[in-house]
Amino acid sequence: MQKFFHDAVEFVPILLQGVWLTIVVTVGSLLLSTVLGLVWALMRVSGIRILTGLSAALINVIRGIPIIVLLFYIYFVMPDFGIALSALQAAIIGLGIAYSAYQAENFRAGIEAIDKGQIEAAQTIGMGWWLTMRRVVLPQAVRIILPPYGNIMIMMLKDSSQASTITVAELALQGKLIASSTFKNTSVFTLVALMYLTMSIPLILLVRHFENKANRK
Amino acid sequence: MIELRDVHKSFGKVEVLKGITASVAKSEVVCIIGPSGSGKSTILRCINGLESYDRGEISVEGARVDSNDRSIVAIRTQVSMVFQRFNLFPHRTALENVIEGPLYVKKEPREQAVARGRALLAQVGLADKAEVHPPKLSGGQQQRVAIARALAMQPKAILFDEPTSALDPELVGDVLSVMRKLADDGMTMVVVTHEMGFARDVADRVLFIDGGVIVEQGAAKSVLNQPQHPRTQDFLRRVLHPL
Repeated sequence: MQKFFHDAVEFVPILLQGVWLTIVVTVGSLLLSTVLGLVWALMRVSGIRILTGLSAALINVIRGIPIIVLLFYIYFVMPDFGIALSALQAAIIGLGIAYSAYQAENFRAGIEAIDKGQIEAAQTIGMGWWLTMRRVVLPQAVRIILPPYGNIMIMMLKDSSQASTITVAELALQGKLIASSTFKNTSVFTLVALMYLTMSIPLILLVRHFENKANRK
Repeated sequence: MIELRDVHKSFGKVEVLKGITASVAKSEVVCIIGPSGSGKSTILRCINGLESYDRGEISVEGARVDSNDRSIVAIRTQVSMVFQRFNLFPHRTALENVIEGPLYVKKEPREQAVARGRALLAQVGLADKAEVHPPKLSGGQQQRVAIARALAMQPKAILFDEPTSALDPELVGDVLSVMRKLADDGMTMVVVTHEMGFARDVADRVLFIDGGVIVEQGAAKSVLNQPQHPRTQDFLRRVLHPL
């Protein structure tokens, strides 16, 4: 145990650099996936056939490709088409696109759960599609969307470790590098696991808070 | 003011409106009665473009109603609607429900919208409920807020789709008396209803619809007191004397 604490003092500062990158990747891809997911979802419920079909196709393609392959594609293949991204940019974009499919399905479920009468009432006071979404549907859908959204956040935090496969030195990769150079596997990976857990706990509490709030309604 | 000429409407293979021709004059109160599934609500929903129609023509003050055209927004601000299930916005207070249209559709200044919103809530007897959210109101109160919301758009006509059918019997009177006051003030109203007493006392004209056609129409008292058509007679006998 004492050895573990000794190792911890030595490795934590290095691992914290990885933690920082993990947070950057998670937050960046969370924002991107939210925006893209909302766009896909709004296209899907727009009632315009081309947009609906395009959105459905996009979501299926994205869902059907493993995240790791998507990351490789963006980081290693795109340069062939003249788009060279840094590893961090590629990771955020890749994870953001990958998760936009799940965000979209969650948003769509929330939007479609709103009673049709609400939309009709908005229409009868002269609201157009966008105003109806913004003032009537989305504010009500948020309550339904938030609990699953919290779970997606936790999954994204953990899946940010996949960025290590394209050389982003986030927490998992940082851990692997230290472990392979010091052979202190037990100490290092225990620390890495504890750090992920520490970052997850606030999110888990947030999900519980959302769920309580949704149930109270 | 509202004209329907040979309006046809089908849902899939079922034709629900089979050539409706009718008109509503300014300040007139027209009640539409008839059995469930006869197409009564569909007529209202076609008038303000919630449903499209397949053939014929509907116009409001000379403007053709086309649910797929941008002009429908202007028509909807002139012809408001009150629903059977109220359809208030549950995440906004009674007052916010009422001022939503004036603020965001008509872009009125907030103070003006709020002042008129409060006055309208007072008019329907709910001045003290302005800050309450709809789920905390009774059905009758919710429906009166919905009427205030419709009035806030300063419409030229209001369509009522079975406004009292979802209410507990003892709450029906409050809503009907608000509607009667509106009629007395000269509001043009089309009311789909099963309240024969209201139709008799308040309506100028009654349309009896069955199977997607107007079976009988005329002055409210004559249709309700001396129906000519056997189907109207049968319907009224069932409604007025269910036992």
